[in-house]
Amino acid sequence: MDNNILISVKGLTKTYQMGEVYVHALRGIDLDIDNREFVAIMGASGSGKTTFMNLLGCLDRPTTGTYLLDGINVADMDDKAITQVRNQKIGYVFQAFYLLPRTTALENVELPLLYCRKMSTKERKEKAMYALEVVGLADRAKHYPNQLSGGQQQRVAIARAIVNDPVFILADEPTGNLDTRTSVEVMELFQKLHSEGKTIVLVTHEFDISRYALRIITFRDGKVISDVPNNDVHIASVDLKKLPRLDIEEEVS
Amino acid sequence: MDIISIMKIAFKSLARNKTRTFLTMLGIIIGVGAVITMIAIGQGATKVVNDQISSMGTNVIMVISNTSNTQSRARQAAGSGNLLDEGDVKAIQETIDGVLYVSPVYSTYGQLKYGSNNWRGSIAGADVDYFLIRDLSLEEGQYFYPSEVESGAKVCVIGKTVADNLFLGEDPVGKTMRIRHIPFTVKGVLKSKGASSMGMDQDDIVIAPYTTTVSRLIGQRWRFMTIMVSAVSKEKIPMVQEDIMNLLLTRHNGTTRDDFIVRSQTDIAEAANTVSKTLTVLLASIAGISLLVGGIGIMNIMLVSVTERIKEIGIRMAVGASKRDVLLQFIIEAITISLIGGLIGIIMGWSLAVILGQTMNWSISVTPWSILLAVGFSCAVGIFFGWYPARKAANLNLIDALRYE
Ligand SMILES: Nc1ncnc2c1ncn2[C@@H]1O[C@H](COP(=O)(O)OP(=O)(O)O)[C@@H](O)[C@H]1O
Ligand SMILES: [Mg+2]
Repeated sequence: MDNNILISVKGLTKTYQMGEVYVHALRGIDLDIDNREFVAIMGASGSGKTTFMNLLGCLDRPTTGTYLLDGINVADMDDKAITQVRNQKIGYVFQAFYLLPRTTALENVELPLLYCRKMSTKERKEKAMYALEVVGLADRAKHYPNQLSGGQQQRVAIARAIVNDPVFILADEPTGNLDTRTSVEVMELFQKLHSEGKTIVLVTHEFDISRYALRIITFRDGKVISDVPNNDVHIASVDLKKLPRLDIEEEVS
Repeated sequence: MDIISIMKIAFKSLARNKTRTFLTMLGIIIGVGAVITMIAIGQGATKVVNDQISSMGTNVIMVISNTSNTQSRARQAAGSGNLLDEGDVKAIQETIDGVLYVSPVYSTYGQLKYGSNNWRGSIAGADVDYFLIRDLSLEEGQYFYPSEVESGAKVCVIGKTVADNLFLGEDPVGKTMRIRHIPFTVKGVLKSKGASSMGMDQDDIVIAPYTTTVSRLIGQRWRFMTIMVSAVSKEKIPMVQEDIMNLLLTRHNGTTRDDFIVRSQTDIAEAANTVSKTLTVLLASIAGISLLVGGIGIMNIMLVSVTERIKEIGIRMAVGASKRDVLLQFIIEAITISLIGGLIGIIMGWSLAVILGQTMNWSISVTPWSILLAVGFSCAVGIFFGWYPARKAANLNLIDALRYE
């Protein structure tokens, strides 16, 4: 077995029951994702991308099929172990940011650290501050989510995803609520994290966004219909130079 | 995860939502405050009544002729008198078993004078046993002697208030004061019994031999006597009461039981306690209702806050909070709210009780058990009304919680 494989799923299905109706969100997925890959998952709305991400992120359990994470069958893990995996191995970035309201950027970033091993307040603050520096928002540490622009909120969410130094980052339409330039800025960040060694799985239904990944998997009706390397990888930092600056947003605070 | 960290999370979460936290606390503050105040007032009233009753003396029985009864008055007019006399006193002393002390008491009121100082006070004409029945001890000087009662000597023993107001710091013992212009020698000053808060000053009294009181101050025509008896023991009281009643019926021809009131300290205490018990029950029910409302308020806001915070719970779980962490956080939040609310409630209730006591001149008594009750209650409310919303929060499905709008 190739010990470079991080994620290995076989025959993964997920069926939701809505009263009398069964919704087959996933109809048998077979996939391997290696360490240090940067994968984009494409597909129309309703094709099962979010459902698949929830399974990869151990936020939900599959109806059938196996999911090996680092060689360990997730189905064999108890609640406690899964909680620990969520806390330490995986960083999530959601389309709607999901920051706690009335909570400063720094405190939001600290959140995963509160639920892991005992750590001094100072160490926690330092780690969170470092993560904010990585996403370029150290100067907004004391701001509340409603005082930040959408792009800034998403960057805070990314800081929260990386604060615990996870193995891989799952991002479900992270640019879905952002304008073009801000989206590319967020992609620049993901490319930077990837270059620093993180595995990234990113869901998007925008072709422009998928071009920053190295491998593109396409879903349709709960199945993988194509899985190809990206032959035309764009570099976000280069693209950014070509895009007009919308300085208005940076002034919002 | 350790409990300290969860406590920190809970406290932060409470601090973050100050309005919600305060509103939740308000119910408990009012509830606990009401309990403390109400119980303080109820207990204070009970204490006053009990103090007053026990200050009457030990195992006391009072015998009065009933003049409020119209039939008695009619019989009196017809000649079959029910007015007590010294013969009754003697008979009680000599024929009834279980009687320790007996004294007639003639009460009157009058101008007191020493030098140029004036004071109006109540005067009790009594026998020497009176001091023993009422447990009146001396601050200085002496009681009067039986021989002085017999001879109708113009002597008296005075209470502290009279001593203070009439003698203004001078030593009253051996001095001559005037009661209604008649000179009396002060033989002793009584130890203070303390001012009772029902408006009667028990130290505002002059006690003189009943013989002198009748002959010099009251006059034969207006004599109205009360007899005070002290039984040898508490157990003997009912028997002595019954014997006295029978004795009076035989001594006063043509009278009925309605013509006399033979009442013991226990009777009075029981009657008073019935009243103060009713008062306490009434106050407790008012307080109980506010407690209940406070508890429901906590649960209500906690439940609303779970719904309001479903997304927060989802986020916390997604970044690594376990069910137990969420459960504990919510319970700790609830307990913290009720404990702090309870503490504020105790302070507010106590202060309110003290303020009421001072402005309304009520006697109040904050008892340790009422505080214990309040603290216990607030803990119980926290756990009881916090558990259900906490369970609800912890059992949320992660995906549903995140998707919740
Ligand atoms: N919790 C759920 N309960 C019922 N049906 C669901 C649930 N989540 C997703 N679905 C259904 O599963 C299908 C796939 O949804 P989803 O994974 O969200 O697709 P995508 O993210 O690609 O838009 C859709 O038909 C959706 O309605
Ligand atoms: Mg989706």
